[in-house]
Amino acid sequence: MDRSVQKVTVYRVVCIILLIILVLLFMFPLYWMITSSFKNGPAINANPPIWFPGAEHRTLDNYHTIMQRPIWRWLFNTVFICGTSMLFTCIASTMGGYALAKKKFTGRKLLFSLFVAAMALPKQVILIPLLKQMAFMKLSNTLWGVILPTVGWPFGVFLMKQFSETVPDEMLEAAKIDGANETRTFTQIVLPLVKPGIGALAIFTFISTWNDYFLQLIMLNESRVQTLSLGIAKTMAEFNINMGPLIAGAVLSAVPILTVFLIFQKYFTRGITMGAVKG
Amino acid sequence: MQKSIDISGQLRASRRRENIAGYVFMTPALLFFVGFVIFPMGMCLVTSFFNYTMTDFTFIGIQNYVEAFNSPIFRRAFMNTLRIVVVSVPTVCLFSLWVASVTYDMNDRYTSFFRITFYLPVVMGSVAIAVVWKLILRKDDGILTTVLQMLGLNLQPRFGWLGSPSTALWFIITILFTTSIGQPIVLYISALANMDHSLVEAANVDGATKMQTFWRIKWPQIMPTTLYILVITTINSFQCFALIELLTSGGPNHSTDTIMYYIYKVSLDAPYRYGYGSAMGVLLAIIIAIFSAIQFKYAQTDNG
Repeated sequence: MDRSVQKVTVYRVVCIILLIILVLLFMFPLYWMITSSFKNGPAINANPPIWFPGAEHRTLDNYHTIMQRPIWRWLFNTVFICGTSMLFTCIASTMGGYALAKKKFTGRKLLFSLFVAAMALPKQVILIPLLKQMAFMKLSNTLWGVILPTVGWPFGVFLMKQFSETVPDEMLEAAKIDGANETRTFTQIVLPLVKPGIGALAIFTFISTWNDYFLQLIMLNESRVQTLSLGIAKTMAEFNINMGPLIAGAVLSAVPILTVFLIFQKYFTRGITMGAVKG
Repeated sequence: MQKSIDISGQLRASRRRENIAGYVFMTPALLFFVGFVIFPMGMCLVTSFFNYTMTDFTFIGIQNYVEAFNSPIFRRAFMNTLRIVVVSVPTVCLFSLWVASVTYDMNDRYTSFFRITFYLPVVMGSVAIAVVWKLILRKDDGILTTVLQMLGLNLQPRFGWLGSPSTALWFIITILFTTSIGQPIVLYISALANMDHSLVEAANVDGATKMQTFWRIKWPQIMPTTLYILVITTINSFQCFALIELLTSGGPNHSTDTIMYYIYKVSLDAPYRYGYGSAMGVLLAIIIAIFSAIQFKYAQTDNG
């Protein structure tokens, strides 16, 4: 008995040491990106590498150079796309999820299967037809070209159906008996109960929309409508030799979303795990 | 007691109310879903039977599919995609299960620290990831090459890590791995934490070894999560696109072409062959569906 306890502990210590090494490896790209963005040209790819840049290697030039680009415009576009998609997704999904979970309308089962099936299909294969559709709707090169398909993606409805299942039927019955109409039942009873779900969905949509590079790439061709990450990606070829400004751009594109993630990560985690239940 | 109420009429009225309310609540979601998911899916299927370019739109039957099957580039892209899937799906699953099983019963603060760390690469976004790896893997003076040189290892191939067919795809797989394990770890941690622990304790009392407890008690309980992770990792690996577009553009010599990247190239580079691209998109969807079905089948028989 004593021995087995000790063995478990040794095993655990080894695991934790291994884990810490892995964490360091995983953090390294982030560390390298941030420190490199403050290094001057020769220091970035110095041999031997400069692990901790001293004052003589430090500069803000990379940021000055990349700020010549319409960074603020790109940031605005990104936030607008993510914010609007988030808002619409939450409204449509909360209503739809509630209906699928609690309203016994004809065709409910069929609709739900359709939503789930669509979720299992690769999202990206529909992007080419979407591009033609947006051109037809005169929405090419507009932020709506990214927003509308994002809102249409069925994950939100699926997630909110899961959350709405937890609303007790008795409460809905009681509201009905008290003479509350549909709108009142929804806003006064359902909404407060599924609020945590909406929070999870909101943050999940915001982050995944921010990082949906492919959709942005095919929909947004002009600099004035581009997003932060897309705009930075387009400068890649230009800063091939001196990567400094490009790295600074990468930092600028990652910092806002990392901040959002760190603040709301609890809700975010809940969104991911709820989506998987009975997935 | 008014027995004279027409009960069936009342029932019908209430059902009608439910129908109306149901569809009213569904309307916004349905509008977006049908308009921007179902409709383009249908269009994808339809255009796959057409020779559809900027100037042409003629029905050619299954000609696009025949061409895809006979194209060596498509076959190569398919094999590359398959290689990515076959390598990354099991490694992602096993690795994330290991991380989760080491961390799930720690103090909450530590658990969320590890969870967040492994999630960071996902949140950073493909572009930032691609930029930093481009920097790390730079030919001749990138940090990977210089550190290896300091250790006396001149391993870098002549055209650089990303410029040589022998290494490029492996680095893509590695980078993809770092951006793929975040979600599985979160899912496994929550699955392990929500397990029925009384069974584990009972097994311990009965003197089961750690291995036995894991395979007999824990594994069946986290099977649904494993299945979900298998499916989403497979879908993600099949759709590997952004890293390729940003890091190698399918090169060198098509050695990192994936189906998704090839579809993009065919459809959005001159001569803009949307029909051919759509046909390959349909094929990709079918392949993914087959893979998911196999995983479901396998996981279920394994369980029962």
